[in-house]
Amino acid sequence: MTASAVSAAGKATAVPKTAAGRASRARRTAVAWLFLAPFALVFLVYTAIPTVAALALSLTDIRGADLRTPFAVDFTGVENYLRLFQDETFVRDILNTALFVAVGVPLTMGIGFTLALALNSGISRLRGVLRTVFFAPVVTNVVAVALIWQYAFHVDGTVNKLLGAVGFAGPNWLDDPNLAMPVVILLGVWRNFGIAMVLFLAGLQAVPRDVYEAAALDGAGRWRQLRYITLPLLLPTTLMVSVLLTVFYLQVFDEPYLLTGGGPLGSTESVALYTYRQFGAGEFGMSSAASFVTLALVTVVSVVQFRMLRSRT
Amino acid sequence: MSRTARPVMYAALVLCALLTMLPFAWGVSGSLRSLDEIRSDPGALLPHHLTLGNFTRLFETQGFGRFVVNSVVVALIVVAGNILAASAAGYALAKLDFAGRRLAFGAVMAAMMVPFTAVFVTQFVITVDLGLADTLAGIALPGAALPLSVFIMRQYALSVPDELLEAARIDGAGEFRIFFGIFLPLAGPAVATITIMSFLNSWNNFIWPLVVAQSMATYTLPVGLAATSQAAAHVTDYGLLLAGAIVVMLPVLVLFLFLQRYFVQGVAGTGLR
Repeated sequence: MTASAVSAAGKATAVPKTAAGRASRARRTAVAWLFLAPFALVFLVYTAIPTVAALALSLTDIRGADLRTPFAVDFTGVENYLRLFQDETFVRDILNTALFVAVGVPLTMGIGFTLALALNSGISRLRGVLRTVFFAPVVTNVVAVALIWQYAFHVDGTVNKLLGAVGFAGPNWLDDPNLAMPVVILLGVWRNFGIAMVLFLAGLQAVPRDVYEAAALDGAGRWRQLRYITLPLLLPTTLMVSVLLTVFYLQVFDEPYLLTGGGPLGSTESVALYTYRQFGAGEFGMSSAASFVTLALVTVVSVVQFRMLRSRT
Repeated sequence: MSRTARPVMYAALVLCALLTMLPFAWGVSGSLRSLDEIRSDPGALLPHHLTLGNFTRLFETQGFGRFVVNSVVVALIVVAGNILAASAAGYALAKLDFAGRRLAFGAVMAAMMVPFTAVFVTQFVITVDLGLADTLAGIALPGAALPLSVFIMRQYALSVPDELLEAARIDGAGEFRIFFGIFLPLAGPAVATITIMSFLNSWNNFIWPLVVAQSMATYTLPVGLAATSQAAAHVTDYGLLLAGAIVVMLPVLVLFLFLQRYFVQGVAGTGLR
């Protein structure tokens, strides 16, 4: 029997008609679930149950002290959500997170896209080295890098020393409510532009060379080629990268937590930091409600952006 | 590209590369400066006198040896779990025909999308209930079968021809022998990507170990470094902290230099890290 005949026979049993066929299908299902069991267990314990439980907690007044008796808490309906949106600090944190997304996403994509274009423009020397350097920040540890940032943006630090050398009096970056956010966003952008660059590079390399050659023959210059060929063909990549980064930045925690702790005066506190602060204060119900607002935002962004992607391709 | 444009392009790219590297240079330079020197001239670009004193202080007085061991143990559990559990799941999703396959694949996709901030509170409650709070197992387990790894292995397994596995089935080999004896040896590149991605994930993880670890005995490197930083804040002992930063970053950067193909594939294939 040839291999293809065997796989054809295998497909035929996928719709079992006989008792023996059903038994073999049941056996194969059991074996497959054995393969899946360890993953399924971790998924149930650490994703499925926590998600459902978080929704349940967000509808109760559970606090840290109730952990041992989780069923003794009161059901309070949407009260936590109402309290959230009446809490000025939560509204402020939503706006901070929105600012992080609104500035961080275009900046990260812009840098990643420009570098990808440059690396894809036919240069050969140093290409590998440059790509390595631009990608290196992606693999760095955020705690370590945040310390370097604090050291460099200290009021007497290296950044201000460099600014001083060209005649500017450097400010106290991380203690200034107007300047702390840009420094925090800069750390996020530095750690993520490499991801955007690699994804754009993959997109660019999928564009066939002869499309450009044909355009050049028709007299289209570099800018027109970029505008009318590269950008439209990269639209799926662009949407994918924008969804990805939006989802990252909507959940931003590490950068503000480590650099400023959300300060000064809450000017860098994100929704994720609010969630963590409520958790730390033992307000598990409020914390879960805040985390569900993040989940809702992430879901809406993903669905809307993927709809856009599907309608255009 | 024209003759004049090319040098301009190179110059711009090299300048960008230097700017990207600047934080690394600050970190290395600061880690080699003594406390006194940093106090008297905090903003100097280069050390006046090189010293390794910060590194020895880390291990002698700050307990970094313990944190290194903890980080390695957690990473080993995570990597082993991903190679076995996630590979098996990815293989089953791609190569076995069974009831509930669509449901299982949906679970993998959903698990990749649920934001960590949405579940860490209840994950922590469950960890406490399981008696795993303040243990290395409690830190490692949620990452021991990453949906990302399952996805990577599933995509790879789809490219392995069915005929190979069917031939073994005809010869009477059991499904587990086919997986371990035939499929896994063929899946080297996917196993390498999963190893790298799950190691990176575990080594750099911060907020989850921060929540679970409650004593120095279970601190991983990033948590230990953050704790050292809080304790040292009043003396701004940057030399010590930057030495810690280098210790945390160096293993991953060295791995990255040698295995960057897998890092890039892992990140580019899924957009996650």
